[in-house]
Amino acid sequence: MKNSRLGSWLTIVLGAAYFLIPLIATVEFSLRMKRGEYSLEAYRVVLTDPRFQATFGYSTLIALATIVVGVLLVVPTAYWVQLRLPRWRPVVEFVTLLPLVIPPIVLVFGFLRLYNSSSWLPLTGSARGTDVLLTLGYATLALPYMYRAVDTGLRAIDIRTLTQAAESLGASWPTILFRVILPNVRVAVLSGAFLTFAIVIGEFTIASLLNAPAFGPYLQLIGANRAYEPSALAIIAFMITWACMGLIQVVGRGANRYRAAR
Amino acid sequence: MSFLDIVNLQKSFGSAYAVKNFNLSVVRGEFVSFLGPSGCGKTTTLRMIAGFEHPTAGLIRIDGKDVTNLRPNQRKIGMVFQSYALFPNMTVAENVAFGLKVARKPAEEVKARVAEMLKLIGLPHLGDRYPYQLSGGQQQRVALARAIAPKPQILLLDEPLSALDAKIRISLREEIRAVQRELGITTIYVTHDQEEALSMSDRIVVMNEGQVEQIGNPFEIYNRPSTRFVASFVGTLNILRAKVVDGASGRVAVDGQEIILPHGLPVSGAGEATLALRPEAITLNAHDASGSRLDGTIDEVSFLGSVIRIRVRLQNNIVTLDTFNNVGHRPPERGQPATISFAREDVLVLDEPQAA
Repeated sequence: MKNSRLGSWLTIVLGAAYFLIPLIATVEFSLRMKRGEYSLEAYRVVLTDPRFQATFGYSTLIALATIVVGVLLVVPTAYWVQLRLPRWRPVVEFVTLLPLVIPPIVLVFGFLRLYNSSSWLPLTGSARGTDVLLTLGYATLALPYMYRAVDTGLRAIDIRTLTQAAESLGASWPTILFRVILPNVRVAVLSGAFLTFAIVIGEFTIASLLNAPAFGPYLQLIGANRAYEPSALAIIAFMITWACMGLIQVVGRGANRYRAAR
Repeated sequence: MSFLDIVNLQKSFGSAYAVKNFNLSVVRGEFVSFLGPSGCGKTTTLRMIAGFEHPTAGLIRIDGKDVTNLRPNQRKIGMVFQSYALFPNMTVAENVAFGLKVARKPAEEVKARVAEMLKLIGLPHLGDRYPYQLSGGQQQRVALARAIAPKPQILLLDEPLSALDAKIRISLREEIRAVQRELGITTIYVTHDQEEALSMSDRIVVMNEGQVEQIGNPFEIYNRPSTRFVASFVGTLNILRAKVVDGASGRVAVDGQEIILPHGLPVSGAGEATLALRPEAITLNAHDASGSRLDGTIDEVSFLGSVIRIRVRLQNNIVTLDTFNNVGHRPPERGQPATISFAREDVLVLDEPQAA
């Protein structure tokens, strides 16, 4: 009994050390920009860099667009699969899992072959076209997370009866979807949205190969050319991801209270 | 002139029939219940009227208009579900207003109608609450208000009281009936609870295995069941096996004791007949000599408080009857001889007698 507890603690300590030591080391290193003292100089340099602001702003906008596309694509799909096409569930689940199996590099090469400037739909020929391509590519990458979050949310409510109740009251499909279903899976959609945001902010491969002015390639650029700033940027990126995770926890807890009361 | 017409309605899933040859005419303002066991097709029929299921064959007309191929949101029906199905993201008032807003009624009218509906169901003070803050009974009352707020042509209720406890069930069924009478709304009510159907309905449609067994008012359904299924499903019955002594004059023998049926049987010689008697039609050890009498012994006495349930063994046949508890009168004891008596007209003949 005592031995097994000791073993558990040892595993936890080793696991924590494996994750925390590099993190602490990065934080410590990021604070040493000024010789001989700890300071937030590296963070000041990073945050005042106009390229940081431009790339972070761009990635945030793309992330928001991706969330909108993802929600519009996933909510109706998951809803129809549950309501009318339950037999298609395995197929849809398989399709939504594909982005986890197919690496982004393959996806982006596919994009470049299909949508290059001499193709039938030259999306890469313009900045706006690249933005569209990037958004759609990210929506694909975020599909496994968004679909699972929304699907779980839909399973928690009786969508069939709610749909029929709304239908019997004269509601059309868009009304049912936007006024009855979507508000009741809001928490699930938010979880999916935060995960999408975290994925898009740090994504490098697609943004880099499409030559988009995104945050991921900027991180790489700074990392290759500077000493202290990359550490500060890494910590900032971590904090954004953690903030997203924290927000999922907060809204998720709200939903649990709501459900328990129900 | 009928308001709702259902003509030769059928629904099959593959080769299995869920509803077969269903015909019904309902007049405006009538309260009709579909009564039957699980899987008898009552809910499927209701869902076809609502438009959630499409019939394999047949016709549904509301107020003279064929609605068979209309979508549910075009039929102007109100529906109340067993699981309440209130929209969790909306308050009570928003739930009730939903149908009115969908119909693009002016804001003032919506507000007034919501207030009127909440008053009707006795919850005018709960408009700002969310469904999860209400009890089951309150939620179902809100669901009723939501269904009738847009003034539907027909109100459909699918086992609306099944999820509630017994006390609330009884009070709510009286409320539903009162609201229905006040508004004069044509109503179809699905239930497997015979007491609900008997106490609320103008007419009852008893269904079994996808088919209509009998349509009639509660009095007819209970007292004059037309099939063996209706007789056994509605109310409690004592089933007696009898030998036909003389079919033409309706003379039969139950465990060797002769009684006369209210009418003759279509069997001339000897044969077997299945008879039924409602427990409340039987009197124990009556002094009055009129009617039919059968002798037996007390087999079991169960004291249930206000009622005493007594089982009398004739020989092979057993009869159960209820008597009221009487402080000055001790209940009979097991093994005592007993005579049961009943009016000749109370005997139901269930099966056509088979010639021996």
